[in-house]
Amino acid sequence: MGKKLLSEKFYKSMEKLESRYPSKVALLLPALHAAQEEWGWLPPEILDEVGAYIDVHPAQVREVASFYTMYNLKPVGKYHLKICTNVACCLRGSEELVEHCEKKFGIERGETTPDKRFTVVEEECLGACGTAPAMMLNDDYHESLTVSKLDQLLDHLE
Amino acid sequence: MEMSETLFAQYFNEESRPLDFYLKEMGGYTASKKALSMNQDDIIAEMKKSNMRGRGGAGFPTGMKWGFIPKQSAKAKYLVCNADESEPGTFKDRDIMRYTPHLLIEGMVIGAYAIGANHGYIYIRGEYTREAKLLDQAIQEAYDAGCLGKNIHGTGFSFDLTVHRGAGAYICGEETGLLNSLEGKRGEPRVKPPFPAQAGAFGGPTIVNNVETLAAVPYIINRGGEWFSNLGKLEKSGGTRLFCVSGHVKKPGVYELPAGSVTLRQLIYDHCHGILGDKKLKAVIPGGSSAPVLTADEIDVVADIEPLMKIGTMLGSAAIVVVSEDYCVVKLLARITRFYAHESCGQCTPCREGCKWMEDIIERIEHGHGREEDLAMLLDISNNIAGKTLCALGDAAAGPVMSFVKKFRADFEAHIRGGKCPSA
Repeated sequence: MGKKLLSEKFYKSMEKLESRYPSKVALLLPALHAAQEEWGWLPPEILDEVGAYIDVHPAQVREVASFYTMYNLKPVGKYHLKICTNVACCLRGSEELVEHCEKKFGIERGETTPDKRFTVVEEECLGACGTAPAMMLNDDYHESLTVSKLDQLLDHLE
Repeated sequence: MEMSETLFAQYFNEESRPLDFYLKEMGGYTASKKALSMNQDDIIAEMKKSNMRGRGGAGFPTGMKWGFIPKQSAKAKYLVCNADESEPGTFKDRDIMRYTPHLLIEGMVIGAYAIGANHGYIYIRGEYTREAKLLDQAIQEAYDAGCLGKNIHGTGFSFDLTVHRGAGAYICGEETGLLNSLEGKRGEPRVKPPFPAQAGAFGGPTIVNNVETLAAVPYIINRGGEWFSNLGKLEKSGGTRLFCVSGHVKKPGVYELPAGSVTLRQLIYDHCHGILGDKKLKAVIPGGSSAPVLTADEIDVVADIEPLMKIGTMLGSAAIVVVSEDYCVVKLLARITRFYAHESCGQCTPCREGCKWMEDIIERIEHGHGREEDLAMLLDISNNIAGKTLCALGDAAAGPVMSFVKKFRADFEAHIRGGKCPSA
């Protein structure tokens, strides 16, 4: 394998974590999280590098990565909006939020704007049902949303 | 317990989080000091006396579960905290982790000592990024204070605790799916037996407990199993419960009340101040989205494990979802079923195929394209899923379909016969 794509920081943090588990394969989920944090998504060469580090077959990395919805196997926008539409949120108007985003950005749910700034997806329950409707914007929760609160948030992004 | 005194809820604010507050205001780490000088069997006996029933959803007696761990084991034992909190409608464990993380850490130290584990993991759902960071900070505080790590409180007992993040999969709330995920695999549930107490994480004897269950342990050790048991108002159901109320109520949120002390009606109308816009109540899901639904006439039931089981539903994770008259129940069931179809891990054919079929049928009914025979077909499919899968996800998907169709049949028929949603 040629030059490493993942940073020294990635490898250092993995080395530190390794002593926490009796098997190196257990590092797979933390490694995929850390790799995605650096790259924004998990391109094939990153999956291969993670596999090489953990010493599992590239197919095994893909088999695991594709099981979990948080691993982006396709590029996402700079701002990844994950709007919960599960029971509590749909009762409190999340559908309106998704439709608003679709109109505002001119895309369908699941898509990314052509300028790669926004991706809008419907999310399953985020565990914030008491403050529904809720969404994640990248790693952060935003709760008790309304269309105007959402607009305010989005219009203040860089 | 005074009505104003709660185990958790009174501390649900940012100020309670630091170790300093926990030590000074909450008697922090006195229970682990006490427990680590006790005989392990006596701790388990105290847990049995407490009538603590697992707060994750199954309601299994915690003391009995701990008792299943073999005393001697060639393989390392593990204590794993299930912080996946994935059952839709549930949002209580998040509050414990972000406001009182040390209660959970101390509870895990005690649990680990009782079962003889030197390693533990908190498996937290991936979306709770902030809570995972807060737990990491709290764990570091505990290490620095000698409350975690080597030779805890100078007793010779060592316990290492690690936060392990999930990555977005409902099924990882199922304990064997969780263990596979912890091991770096797809979160597919395992064939049981062997149960985790025999062969769990990394093949070692393992106990998996919910956040709320473990966070109550310091109280049980400090104040006694009998005290905890007496907090509950029903036999065999001790302590307080964190009820998560969401949906069409005026004041949704987490409400901590003595177990067995409150009916669904009291929760909805007294604690949550009734239905939004003073509309009529249509339906209540009493235990997370997999619990069979109740009608407005069925809410004078005590919200606890046995009373709800008696009327054919369940308390589950005490996640109560309230639905008012102006929301279409067919649409709601379509959303619930879509969730289970999406989250089915695909190992068992009845669940993988059946959930998708049910989703398609309910969606066509919702959109006015339903057929006369669809309701019978839905019941047939759900009957062929329930009890025929490796894990409880199949039952979780079947229960809502059976109960919605049975209790709101007229709504489904109106969609089929009218060719559209009557309220559209």
